[in-house]
Amino acid sequence: MTTLVSATGSETEVSCFERMNFFGCGMNIGINRAVRNHLMALTEIFKRLIFRAFALSVLIGPVRGAEAEARQLLSKLILTSGDEQIAVVEEFYDHGDGIIKEVIGGWRIGEVSILKIDGKRVALLKRGEGDYENISTGESLSGENRGTINRASRSLRKKLRRVVDFLDLSSSSPEERIEAAMKLGLTQNPDYVVVLQKRIDRQKDPDVRQAFETALNISLLKNGDQESRLQAVKDLGEVTSFPARDFIEAVRIEAEEKGLTNLESAAIKALRKIDSQQKVVEFYGSLLRGLSTGSVLLLVSYGLAITFGLMGVINMAHGEFIAIGGYTAYVVQGIFESTYGVGTTGYEWYFALALPASFFVAAFFGVLLERGVIQFLYNRPLESLLATWGISMIIQQAIRLKFGAANVAVSSPQWLFGSFEFHRVAMSYNRIFLIAFALFVIVATWLLLNKTNWGLHIRATMQNRRMASSLGINSSKVNMMTFAYGSGLAGLAGAFLSQIGNVGPSMGQTYIVDSFMVVVVGGVGNLLGAALSSLGIGVIDQGLQPLLGPVMGKITVLFGIILFLQLRPGGLFPARTRSLDD
Amino acid sequence: MISVLKPFEAKSEKLTFFSIIAVIVVMLLLNTLVGESSALHVPAYTLGNWGKYLCYAVLAMSLNMLWGYTGLLCLGQCLFFALGGYAFGMHLMLMTVDYGTVPEFMQFMGIQELPGFWYPFYNPFVAFLAVMVVPGVVAFIFGFLAFRSRIKGVYFSILTQALTYAAAILFFRNETGFGGNNGFTNFKYLFGGDLRSVDATRWLFAASGMLLVLVYWVIAWLLTTKFGKVQQAIRDSENRVRFSGYSTTHFKLFVFVVSAIIAGLAGALYVPQAGILNPSLMEPKIGLDIVVWVAVGGRGTKIGPIIGAILVSALKSFTTSAYPDYWLIMLGGLFVFVVLFMPDGIVGLAKKTWAKFQSKEVKA
Repeated sequence: MTTLVSATGSETEVSCFERMNFFGCGMNIGINRAVRNHLMALTEIFKRLIFRAFALSVLIGPVRGAEAEARQLLSKLILTSGDEQIAVVEEFYDHGDGIIKEVIGGWRIGEVSILKIDGKRVALLKRGEGDYENISTGESLSGENRGTINRASRSLRKKLRRVVDFLDLSSSSPEERIEAAMKLGLTQNPDYVVVLQKRIDRQKDPDVRQAFETALNISLLKNGDQESRLQAVKDLGEVTSFPARDFIEAVRIEAEEKGLTNLESAAIKALRKIDSQQKVVEFYGSLLRGLSTGSVLLLVSYGLAITFGLMGVINMAHGEFIAIGGYTAYVVQGIFESTYGVGTTGYEWYFALALPASFFVAAFFGVLLERGVIQFLYNRPLESLLATWGISMIIQQAIRLKFGAANVAVSSPQWLFGSFEFHRVAMSYNRIFLIAFALFVIVATWLLLNKTNWGLHIRATMQNRRMASSLGINSSKVNMMTFAYGSGLAGLAGAFLSQIGNVGPSMGQTYIVDSFMVVVVGGVGNLLGAALSSLGIGVIDQGLQPLLGPVMGKITVLFGIILFLQLRPGGLFPARTRSLDD
Repeated sequence: MISVLKPFEAKSEKLTFFSIIAVIVVMLLLNTLVGESSALHVPAYTLGNWGKYLCYAVLAMSLNMLWGYTGLLCLGQCLFFALGGYAFGMHLMLMTVDYGTVPEFMQFMGIQELPGFWYPFYNPFVAFLAVMVVPGVVAFIFGFLAFRSRIKGVYFSILTQALTYAAAILFFRNETGFGGNNGFTNFKYLFGGDLRSVDATRWLFAASGMLLVLVYWVIAWLLTTKFGKVQQAIRDSENRVRFSGYSTTHFKLFVFVVSAIIAGLAGALYVPQAGILNPSLMEPKIGLDIVVWVAVGGRGTKIGPIIGAILVSALKSFTTSAYPDYWLIMLGGLFVFVVLFMPDGIVGLAKKTWAKFQSKEVKA
């Protein structure tokens, strides 16, 4: 939301956006609630991702209307005096632009001065040595002559402090308004009750309005009379406000001590409601984390599901292809840095190029490995394990010699930073991007294997290499390309991991055991199985971590897998065959 | 029927066996009897190193028993080695401090009282028993589960790798109680003797040599028995063995447990000679190193694993000090080379060359 507002600058856009949301909601009334929520989540996610990408390309918007108005008011405030000045202060309660804070802050410490230009008095704000800004227009002036320093009177300063305190309540950003309201509410200061009450009706945005009401209710828990306290407890329970939990608990204890049964039972009810809601949110939170961990697993193991699962090559160098992808992202970043400079819009987009680059670089190395070593070992799986392990050591050490043994820094582009809340579950953009990308990989691979001629050749070759080649398929070429594709996927995963983890020479080692587990659990040779098992393992892993800690959680998962294979030795989707293995 | 006392049929096998013994004895004699000024003198430092190599060789033999003769490629053999090491290391750690007080690493952890299960390890013979029992039990449980559900081939390899990986991250935790990633170190006494003395080095070398000879004997003997025939038949065609009415599960489980015990014994002797023990010994890459020893020396040959383990380890200690940056590249290149061009390892290559040489002689 923040970026959206800073890009367009006016509040009308926001409400328009909100309306779209309502519309989307209304259209689906017939559908059951869970499905509707999911649809909403998806549309919202996409909208936000698109807006974010858009917001980035229009970093600096036009001169803002709200700011111009605030500037006029400020210069009026500084240039007038007496009662008129106090009347102007009152007007500020409707404004929330950032400039107000700057100017008033400067006014307090003597950085505001008045200068006569062409017979007119102009208020200036000192921005630096010999650098002034015309407060009413925002123009910057330079020169030594800054006129006479002007300071607010003592009584005015007191009033202005309140203006600054409540400034954010009128901010143009809904998030800032929400934050400011909650901040005031959580202090439970009786002074703020009126302040909040006065502003509630002005809030058009339902989220903000609710936040104001919640803040007011929290404040009322302490400051209201019995009647309004009871109502506040009920209301807070109704909206299941998490920050209010401790305050309601305090009310409950107090009511218990004083024997206010009405209030106590209401508080208990509200607490129960909040707690159960909290559990639901936690559940979805860890589900989301689980899905994103699962997506990481999926990305790192999908390439292996192809090279190991389909082709039967035990590629121990798979992890090193991941590292190659990560380092490719690093190199691409370096190239963008030297071309565009750090922090520019062009630089921010390096990642868009790093993804395909890492795919092709890893695929290229895949071709080299297949031609150089693996093509001789198709009938000897255990020996391909040894040879690829050797290759993996060579690649690791080569990376170490070229880039150094320490991890290298790959920065995240701005548009993957941050998060938003959806139904109170914090969703970070890079997690969602990760999940979306994993889905993309699954779909693209499925299409490739099932809908293209090449895919047909791959499947035929994997089922029976000799039969396929006797039917005229160039199986050696198919092998090479399939291996390249699998390695390319590993490279892609590496580029992704550079966003969420370290890029170092041994980064692939961390994932190699996990990847093999995913493929074995999914059922070797079954890509859908690999997808399901990686998501399943990810979710279970994240579900266990809060209970057992990261290490014990991981160990439990590994032993769980061993036990799972007792029940289903062939994995989730065992390959059906009538032939005996040996 | 060949008795336990005479496992070697061919003359060449007897020759190999006795030359192994001879090498070990000669090394020991060159250290003790030949004066330090002499060119033939083997310094204690070299003897200590070779003691470790002998342990590696035993470890490689235990893997060869599994992979070379039964067809089970275990990537977690290092786990059993390390478990044996930890079991014996517990005794060594207790010897560094007074009775009843906790070893230093526990003090750092804030543990004041020695956990109950440590007490039996004051007795070196209990520790010695644990060296065999702990890896054996772990192998039994894992093997039972794995073989029962007929996990084999590549899957067995991957699962054993996962097992050792899980164990490694478990032992890396400080809370597990075995010193975390610092592990055990600063050993001082064994059987009342100072571990840092030359005598201790000699004794440990001798013990390692004896273990190697014993294991060699046992493996060779097993191969001549009916059991050994079934073992090799499983490697060549497991289904046919099962169809002939043998429970391959039981055979495989037995071999797995025996090889784990052998690996544990090798680990127990390795720890006092290395002077340090930490969970990095359980990392999957060590497991693969062992496989390379066997592959380089010659899989499925009696002498191959010994040659492979000693040669690769010696090469490693030379290269890591001379060209530290290039050791991994050389090792990796060695893997690829061996797999592509020497599928039967050094022993296989030697046999082939010998056969060629002989056929030429016949022609001439």
